[in-house]
Amino acid sequence: MRNSWTLSESNQLKPRHKRIALIGGGLVAIGVAAALVLNALNSNIAFFVTPTEVAEGKAPQDKTFRIGGMVKDGSLRRDNLTVHFAITDTAKEVPVIYTGILPDLFMEGKGAVAQGRIGPDGVFVASEVLAKHDENYMPPEAQHAVDQAQQTAKTIKQ
Amino acid sequence: MTPELGHFALILSLWVALAQGVLPLVGAQRNQPQWIAIARPATTASFLLVAIAFACLTWSFYINDFSIAYVAAHSNTQLPTMYRISAVWGGHEGSLLLWVLMLAGWAQAVALFSRQLPDAMVARVLGVLGLVMFGLLAFVLLTSNPFERLLPAAEEGRSLNPLLQDPGLVYHPPMLYMGYVGMSVAFAFAIAALLAGQLDAAWARWSRPWTTVAWIFLTLGIALGSWWAYYELGWGGWWFWDPVENASFMPWLVATALIHSLAVTEKRGSFKNWTVLLAIAAFSLSLLGTFLVRSGVLTSVHAFATDPRRGIFILILLAIVVGSSLLLFALRAPKVSLGGRFSLLSRETLLLVNNVLLVVACGAVLLGTLYPLIIDALGLGKLSVGPPYFNAVFVPIMLPLLVLVAAGPIARWKQAELGDIVRRLWPAAVVALLAGIALPMLAGEWHGYVALALALAAWIIAAIVLQTIQRLKAGTGNPPPSWWGMQIAHFGLAAFVIGVAMVGSYEEERDVRMSPGETVTVGGHTFKFLGVEDVRGPNYTAARGSFELSKDGKMLRILHPEKRNYDSSAMPMTEAAIDAGLTRDVYVSLGEPLEGAAWAVRVYFKPFVDWIWGGCLLMSLGGLVAAADRRYRLKARTATKTVATGAMAA
Repeated sequence: MRNSWTLSESNQLKPRHKRIALIGGGLVAIGVAAALVLNALNSNIAFFVTPTEVAEGKAPQDKTFRIGGMVKDGSLRRDNLTVHFAITDTAKEVPVIYTGILPDLFMEGKGAVAQGRIGPDGVFVASEVLAKHDENYMPPEAQHAVDQAQQTAKTIKQ
Repeated sequence: MTPELGHFALILSLWVALAQGVLPLVGAQRNQPQWIAIARPATTASFLLVAIAFACLTWSFYINDFSIAYVAAHSNTQLPTMYRISAVWGGHEGSLLLWVLMLAGWAQAVALFSRQLPDAMVARVLGVLGLVMFGLLAFVLLTSNPFERLLPAAEEGRSLNPLLQDPGLVYHPPMLYMGYVGMSVAFAFAIAALLAGQLDAAWARWSRPWTTVAWIFLTLGIALGSWWAYYELGWGGWWFWDPVENASFMPWLVATALIHSLAVTEKRGSFKNWTVLLAIAAFSLSLLGTFLVRSGVLTSVHAFATDPRRGIFILILLAIVVGSSLLLFALRAPKVSLGGRFSLLSRETLLLVNNVLLVVACGAVLLGTLYPLIIDALGLGKLSVGPPYFNAVFVPIMLPLLVLVAAGPIARWKQAELGDIVRRLWPAAVVALLAGIALPMLAGEWHGYVALALALAAWIIAAIVLQTIQRLKAGTGNPPPSWWGMQIAHFGLAAFVIGVAMVGSYEEERDVRMSPGETVTVGGHTFKFLGVEDVRGPNYTAARGSFELSKDGKMLRILHPEKRNYDSSAMPMTEAAIDAGLTRDVYVSLGEPLEGAAWAVRVYFKPFVDWIWGGCLLMSLGGLVAAADRRYRLKARTATKTVATGAMAA
C-alpha cells in the first residue's frame, strides 16, 4: 500500500533516490563543516611555550602563543595602564608588557599565564593575561614550565 | 553523630539503589509482577536516604562542624548563612552529593507522576535510573566521601572562594545539575524502550515532557552561569567558550536536537533509532561534562578536584554507560521499524536538518574542547584553542538553522509544498530584508554581520506573528499549549540572536586611568569618578568607588563598584557596578589603585546584553508551556489508541 502512494504522487521521490539525496546532503554538510572546523582550528590554536624555550629561540615568530611561569619578584612596574613584568620558570625569564587591567589574582611570586606575541626586541607583548580563580590554584601551564626548568636544572647538576 | 548518620544513610542508599536497579529490570524482563512492584518503593527509599545524607551535610555546614574535613575546607564561621548553605555544593564532594540527590529526585518524580504508564515500563525506567545512581553513589563513597572526619577538628574553617560568595552561585549549580541529571530520565526511557523492544510513539510521548523539563533546567542553569560570569568575574563578557561552559553547552545542543526529534517520533513514528542515539548521547555528554569539570583536567573556576582517581572513576563509569547502551542499541536497532515515510520537502526533513546542524555544532564544540587534552595526552605539546575558533565554526553552522526555524513549523508533515511555504512566509522575508537594511543604521554603523543577524531575528519573529495570525484565522480553535510553547521558545531564540548581535557589534569597552573629578564617555554615557572610600562588609573590607553616571548632561545615578578583600583569604575580588536597562547595560569596575588617588578603571557600554538572558528565559518559558500540555498526562490507553490510528494513517 505504501509503495502505491509513494509512486502515484509525482513529486514524491522513490525511497532509493530519497536516501541518496539525504545521504548526499548529509555528506556535503559534514564536509563543509569539517573544512570550516579544521581551518578554524588551525588558525586559532596557541601553543604553550616555557620561558626556557623562548630563550632557546623555540618560540613561534609572528604567531600568537602562551607563556607561563611565575611573576618574578620585584619585576612588576606600572606606567599608568601599561604594566611591565617578567615571567620566569626559575631558569630563564621573559620580559612582558601588557596594557589594561590585570586579573585580581595577578601578584609577584605567583603563577601566571600570558597570551600574545614576541616582539623583535624580545619583549613579549601580551594581549591577554589569564586569570586564576583561586589564590591556592596554580595554572597547570605555569606549573609545567617551572617543573620543566627544575627538571633540567637537576639533570645538569648530575 | 550527624555526619555518621549521613554517611550511614549514604551507604544504605547504595544498596537500595542496587536493588532498585536490578530487581525491577529482571522482573520486567521475566514478567514477574512482585519484582516489578519493588521499583516504586525502592525509588522512594533511595531518595529518602540520599535526602537524609544531604540534610546531614547541610546541617553540619549550618552548625559549623569543622570536624568534617569537607566543611572545614569550604566554610567558616564568618560566612553569611546563605553562603554557608550554598557552600554545601561549593566543592567537589558536596556537589557530587547534590548530583546524586538530583538523580534520586528525578527518579522519585518519575515514580510519582507516571501513574498512567504501564508498570513494566515504569519499572524499567526506574531500574535504569537505579543503576546509574548506584554507579554515582559508589563514586561518592569510594573517592569523594563528604563526611570524612578531620582529626583533630579545625578551630576555624578555611573559606569559600570569594568568587563563589554570590547569589548567582547559590542557584546556578542546582539548576545546571537538574538539567544535567534530568537527561538521565530521557536516557532511562530510551534504554527501557530498547529493553522492552517497544520503541514506539507512546514511548516518545512519555519521554517528551521529561526531556523538555530537563532541558528547561539546563537552559536556565547555563543562562545563570553566563550571567554570573558577566557581572561577577568582572570581565564583561557573557560567554568565553571556556571548556567548562562547553561541557554544559554540549548536552544542551544535543538535548535541543532530542526535543525536536522526539516530536517526529511521537507524531510520525520516524527517527526512532536516531532519537534513542540522541538520548544516549545527551546523557553521555552530561557525564562527560561532569568528568571534564570534576577531574581537574581543565583549568577553570570549577576544577577543584585534582585527585586522578576521581577522573578515572568517572571515565570508567562513562565507558560503561556508553558501551553498554550502544551495545544494547546495536542488538535492538535492526528490529526497529522505520516509521512513516516522508518526502524530501516535509517537516520531517526540516527537523532532520535541524538535528544534523545541532549535532554537527556539538561535534565542533567537542573537538575544540577536547583537542588540547588529546594533543597533551599524545605528548605533542600544550596548546589552547581560543574563542575565535568556536565563533568561526559555531556561527556559520547556526545560520541555516535560524533560517529554518521560521519554515519548520509551517511545513506540513509527510509532504510540504514549497509554493505553500513561500506563499505563507513572503511577508516575513520582506520584513527581514527591511530590518537587515534599516535596523543597523538606526543602531549605529551598518555591518554585514549585524545586518544578517538582525534580519534573521526579524525573519523568525515575523514568521511567528504570521503563523499565529494564520492559525487563529483558520478556525481550528485555539492551538494547543505545545504549539504556543514552541512559538515562545522560537521567539526567545530570536531575542537571544538580537542580544548577541547587538553586543557583538556595538559594545564599547575602555580601560582608563582616572583621578577623582575626571570623566570618561562610552556609548553616549558619561562616568564621572568621584573617588574611593573604605567600607566594611560582613566578612570583607572593600574599597568602594563612586561614579556619577549621566547621559546628555542629565544625571542618572551613582554607581558603586567595589574592590573587596575577604578576611579569610588573600584574594582580592572585583565587584562590578552595573546599570541595567532594556536596551543597554553600562558597567564600571575598579582595576588597581595607581599613584595618588588615581585608579585604573574599566567601563563598558553593552547594548541589548540583557536580551541574551531574556531570550534564554523565554526559551525556558516556552519549554514550560509545552511540557504543561495536557495530552502528555492522558492515560496510556488513550495514547496507545492514538498511536494505532496514527500507524494506520501512515
